[in-house]
Amino acid sequence: MPLSTALPPAETGTAEPVRLLSPEGQLVHSALSEEYLPVIEALPDERLEDFHRQMVLMRRWDIEAGNLQRQGQLALWIPSHGQEAAQVGSAFAAKPQDHVFPAYREHVVGKIRGLDPVRIMAILRGIDHGGWDPRETGNFHIYVLVIGAQSLHATGYAMGIGLDGASGTGDPDRDEAVLVYFGDGATSQGDVNEAMIFAASYQTPQVFFLQNNHWAISVPVERQSRTPLYLRAAGFGIPTTQIDGNDVLASYAVTQSALDAARSGAGPRFIEALTYRMGAHTSSDDPTKYRENEELAYWGARDPITRMEAFLRGRGASESYFRALAVEAEEFAADIRTRTLALQPPPRERLFRHAYTDAHPLVDEQRAWLERYEAGYGDAAAPDTGAAPAEDGAGA
Amino acid sequence: MTENLTMAKALNAGLRAALEQDDRVLLMGEDIGRLGGVFRVTEGLQRDFGEHRVLDTPLAEAGIVGSAIGLAMRGYRPVCEIQFDGFIYPGFDQITSSLAKMTYRHDGSQAFPVVIRVPYGGHIGAVEHHQESPEAYFAHTAGLRVISPATSHDAYWMIQEAVRSNDPVMFFEPKSRYWQRGDVDLDAASAEPMHRTLRVRAGTDVTVLGHGAMVATLLQAAEVAASEGSSLEVLDLRSLSPIDYGPILDSVRKTGRLVVAQEAPGNVSVGSEVAATIAERAFYSLEAPVLRVSGFDTPFPPARLEDLYLPDADRVLEAVDRSLAY
Ligand SMILES: Cc1ncc(C[n+]2csc(CCOP(=O)(O)OP(=O)(O)O)c2C)c(N)n1
Ligand SMILES: [Mg+2]
Repeated sequence: MPLSTALPPAETGTAEPVRLLSPEGQLVHSALSEEYLPVIEALPDERLEDFHRQMVLMRRWDIEAGNLQRQGQLALWIPSHGQEAAQVGSAFAAKPQDHVFPAYREHVVGKIRGLDPVRIMAILRGIDHGGWDPRETGNFHIYVLVIGAQSLHATGYAMGIGLDGASGTGDPDRDEAVLVYFGDGATSQGDVNEAMIFAASYQTPQVFFLQNNHWAISVPVERQSRTPLYLRAAGFGIPTTQIDGNDVLASYAVTQSALDAARSGAGPRFIEALTYRMGAHTSSDDPTKYRENEELAYWGARDPITRMEAFLRGRGASESYFRALAVEAEEFAADIRTRTLALQPPPRERLFRHAYTDAHPLVDEQRAWLERYEAGYGDAAAPDTGAAPAEDGAGA
Repeated sequence: MTENLTMAKALNAGLRAALEQDDRVLLMGEDIGRLGGVFRVTEGLQRDFGEHRVLDTPLAEAGIVGSAIGLAMRGYRPVCEIQFDGFIYPGFDQITSSLAKMTYRHDGSQAFPVVIRVPYGGHIGAVEHHQESPEAYFAHTAGLRVISPATSHDAYWMIQEAVRSNDPVMFFEPKSRYWQRGDVDLDAASAEPMHRTLRVRAGTDVTVLGHGAMVATLLQAAEVAASEGSSLEVLDLRSLSPIDYGPILDSVRKTGRLVVAQEAPGNVSVGSEVAATIAERAFYSLEAPVLRVSGFDTPFPPARLEDLYLPDADRVLEAVDRSLAY
């Protein structure tokens, strides 16, 4: 047989992923949904509205950031349009004591955990590499742009929880777990596979949350896998579930159940959320070069926000809720814009600060050299001042 | 015949020529097919040569390099694209422990003509891991040839020579130069062998040397220096491993002074190697210590600080002044 470069027909789903909310916004009663519906039915209205509200705010943030990027105020923007349900539902499923390891597209997860959105804007404005302390941001760790690398960090963290005896104590309010996000492209990386091997081997308290948005830049998921991706986890011995990732209720209920299991000491779990990247990979990308409009239309009809709105209206949510939310979204976007534009470039000192934790002679020397150089190199760097500037290789 | 091309277009033309000349040449990498690569260096090549010659791979650098090694064993000449400098490391083990050593371990019974193309360097204002200069790791590894073109003309010819090389070649593409135009002489006789150091501007007072995007900075510094009355001789290293020392020694014997510049951090770098070797071999010709100008020995900073991190013409001239002050 010749080398197969052809892609199989798109068949990444099971016949039926777990779905609690139909695209029309009706609760789905099926063999698969049965287990999870009670969780949803027990939720107060405010909680359900909050799911919707966070999705709406995220979409507004996306629009504002896209505009800021086009106006030259951000170096890059990474949109999450289409993936709001997968992200919001899973984020709400985590408890305060859990730790969350994102890739780079999970802005709203950070927001729900308590991260100031402007911290993310700072990364994309070229001001910081992250720079937050996860202990102050709801245990939401910093972004990782190296595809898949965070999966192993998450597993190691979960190993630590296990070593500390901080999961499986029988006290669900104290037990800790880890939630790690990655994409369909990332599943091809060794790191992600090794993370699953370690997780299974040590039975770590963690949930692998795969957002299968069907694309890794221009490469369709069929290039990464000929089997539905959730089945990969089964091969590693990790219990696994595929969900409709555009259904915020499924995302919430299934992630909650998986995290509960992990916290209780039952070992790792895997969730594949079937969703779609409606926008470009990033503001640098042009998806018209590689994908078809029909696909976009198919997923557009399965929009996560539209279906949740229909659900809320069906339950009698008040018009004033939607009106107030529209106002809030505008204020939210305006606040992000104002504070993004006010972000100051990092101080020169940021070059050297925290390259190491302990004093380091080479870095100290280069810091001092740059100070003198910036002050005016005429006298600053003269080789015979005895100050040993770049003379012995200060590398500037 | 001469064509005026951006470096990205010149590389595209060079790869096209390589694909035409030898049907065992394959291109492989992330997003290089339908999209034509995130920098469009391979644009149109999958359309024209087919999916069997230009492969969009799964997202795994160890997979790309490791499978290229197997393809080479089977008689193919794979040209791998790593999407960005900072994403080469998942493939580092396959490059350094396998690819680099394979011919030696086979005692020469097999050659491994694999090219690894790496867009590298800063000045594009991008986020983390997209602006690094990791060439020293590979120059330090025996068994790899490491080269980097500074012009469209060299890009066109050096990529073809790299593909023809029977050794593995790390091909570092200065991405800040991708969009710069330059004349490409398509007459094969105009191609300088890829291992050569080239003198790109003659001068008498101080020799300044660099590779990739730094060469343009050095030429800029030479212009400024000329207006201030000193004459810089500019050398383009082109090959970082092995290094062609002949032209460097000739130049230093004339000027007595050498400044080596690079975007990469200075510690244990290509510039350090040049400095040490020139000190060894031209000690009595030197009027001043060889000076290095480089990125700082810190992680690449957030983009808003890159202009402070990366050496510019002023930093080169500061070192030139220090050299002249001896
Ligand atoms: C190790 C590594 N290789 C390549 C890249 C370049 N890159 C950035 S995002 C991306 C695609 C990722 O796709 P996926 O994992 O599906 O996540 P998505 O972007 O769709 O959320 C690639 C190839 C990278 N960041 N890291
Ligand atoms: Mg994806």
